[in-house]
Amino acid sequence: MMERHKIDVPVMSDLYTRGERPDYLFWVGCAGAFDDRYKRVAQAFAKILTYLKVNYAVLGIEESCTGDPARRAGNEMLYQMQALKNIELFKTYGIDKIITICPHCYNILKNEYPDLGGIYEVINYLQFLEKYINEGKLVIQPHSLDDARITYHDPCYLGRGNDIYTEPRTILHRLTGNFVEMERHKSFALCCGAGGAQMFKEAEKGNKEVYLERTEEALKTEASIIATACPFCMTMITDGLKYKNREEDVKNYDLVELIALSLQL
Amino acid sequence: MTRQIIFATTFLITLVVFSFTIVRLISFFKLTKKAFPVRNPGKRLKVMFEVAFGQTKIFRKPVIGFIHALVFWGFCVIIIGSIEMITDGLTGSDHALKFLGPVYNFIIASGDIFGFLVAFSIVIFLTRRLFLHIKRFDGVEMKSVSHQIDAIIALMLILLLMVSLIGINSVYYEYKLLKNENIAGYYPLSQLVAPVLSNVSVDTLIVLCQVFWWVHILLIFIFANVLPYSKHFHVFMSVPNVFLSRLDPLGKLPNMENVTYEVRQMLNPNSTFSASAEIAPVERFGIKDVEDVSWKNYLDALACTECGRCTSVCPANLTGKRLSPRKIVMDIRSRMKEKGPRLVQHGKGYNDDKSLLRNYIREEELWACTTCNACAQECPININHPTIIIDMRRYLVMEEGSAPGKLKTMFNNIENNGAPWQYSCEDRLLWARNLEIINN
Repeated sequence: MMERHKIDVPVMSDLYTRGERPDYLFWVGCAGAFDDRYKRVAQAFAKILTYLKVNYAVLGIEESCTGDPARRAGNEMLYQMQALKNIELFKTYGIDKIITICPHCYNILKNEYPDLGGIYEVINYLQFLEKYINEGKLVIQPHSLDDARITYHDPCYLGRGNDIYTEPRTILHRLTGNFVEMERHKSFALCCGAGGAQMFKEAEKGNKEVYLERTEEALKTEASIIATACPFCMTMITDGLKYKNREEDVKNYDLVELIALSLQL
Repeated sequence: MTRQIIFATTFLITLVVFSFTIVRLISFFKLTKKAFPVRNPGKRLKVMFEVAFGQTKIFRKPVIGFIHALVFWGFCVIIIGSIEMITDGLTGSDHALKFLGPVYNFIIASGDIFGFLVAFSIVIFLTRRLFLHIKRFDGVEMKSVSHQIDAIIALMLILLLMVSLIGINSVYYEYKLLKNENIAGYYPLSQLVAPVLSNVSVDTLIVLCQVFWWVHILLIFIFANVLPYSKHFHVFMSVPNVFLSRLDPLGKLPNMENVTYEVRQMLNPNSTFSASAEIAPVERFGIKDVEDVSWKNYLDALACTECGRCTSVCPANLTGKRLSPRKIVMDIRSRMKEKGPRLVQHGKGYNDDKSLLRNYIREEELWACTTCNACAQECPININHPTIIIDMRRYLVMEEGSAPGKLKTMFNNIENNGAPWQYSCEDRLLWARNLEIINN
């Protein structure tokens, strides 16, 4: 019997007034909150968290940019203002475990906030979900995606930045029997072109857009799904598919959306 | 005795010239800024054994990587023989290390085999450089002929070193065979070459042996003093550079403590930030010129052998943008070569109306970087290019307020609404409205 249930995403300040403390902060990130396409990723993850009965909360209107794009564009001052404000907020709520969906947020919270005194257990959602899968708490039926041909684009800040290569592949091998690597993958993967604050500016003069170069490589695998795990990569690959007029037959999904699909949430 | 005196004099000259170079380099290092503290020797040794001695990153290009590894491992073995030669030259001893017995035979035999392998590898390298078109040997920063000449001189020197080594070994073997005397060491490959000399008289063999010996040792002395002025300085610098690698994950940028101090003051003006007394006044935020780089940036620049693996994987470079990570590193070395001596001579205030930024590196190059870290991942000796690029962006943004317009808009958005886009923080929970889950 299929039944629809409304879910309420728990908000940290509400829990706080009730004297409760969740196990995890789900750090949504600006893309999860504002990017129309990527909101669906934040929703998919919230659904999975609910499905897994994880005791979590989001900061909601109190969340503010980690400062990553400012920092990588050279504005250290603005980054540190953001970081110190966020660290104060985390302190108020006694936050010690943070789950992120955006790799840029993950990297900066995990690696760079400690230099400013913000030390937390920062977990990327892929690590989090892989752990649930390995412990048998999250069961993905094999072939649940009809063995769609799927390729995976390694986000720089998960892969080279933080050595997260196996988790997404373990998950994908559960989702499909037809996983295919691009020519450049894992530590050899080509950037989508959006990192280092490029997302927010025009590309410098050249003879090609980086996202096209990467999309073409992904298309060469003849996959019907290009899986990503980063909001910026998603924007770039989706743009690439549009440019190539392939958005009808090739879909760009975040890994967490694929899991939600396979669970029929 | 005369031979020893001549040798000692030559050796002394080599050491004096080399020390002069080192003292000069130290004076340049003194101009640089501090980087990270060098802690964790255990982990550093591990990285050094993997990346330097294990050549793990070189093997990311397996075929040519293997050939390079042969040269590297060859050098590691052959250098023991060179130390013996210097000892022999200074003390008049004959094969000073032969008391090591079987170990000695093993070292000499390995050195003999590697002599041939290195020579073979160098011939491949030379052929590749001279006759094949390898894309990563091109690029704007490689246009000057001097780079090509620099590479060929170093390769020729190594080839001659190996030929003379094989010469010493074969002549020595044939001579001892002819005199029916004990042979110190074991020469599995040179003994196969030795029969070529079977018709040569004993006297000629003695002369030949001396000639090869002196050619080899003098080449080593020349090599040692040419290297620091060439891209092949990496022969000396790569192992220390790997030992002194940044150990943080590639994704992490170093913190600017001076900024932390200012920001804390701004957020809480009444606080007496404990570290305030220790923070030296900032001369400049970020990197504008070569005296703003850290000792590690300069060490990277000296250790770089311009192989171009960084540039060959750079997404910006691959798509025709002006950025080339190799050029950034080479520019630091060139700029230090230009400005370093004058800074040493005239003091820190010296100004030649030029700077690393703009005269060497254009803003367009800096703004093309996606900080994807492909360059740093690829570098066989763990050079970190993105941190240099970000430090130069830091100068541009914090000292000059200069950045592409859209980035300034992004800064404003973060400052005003806590997001890089122009959305109100009040709307941060809209995604969570009307969310439903299907229970099945």
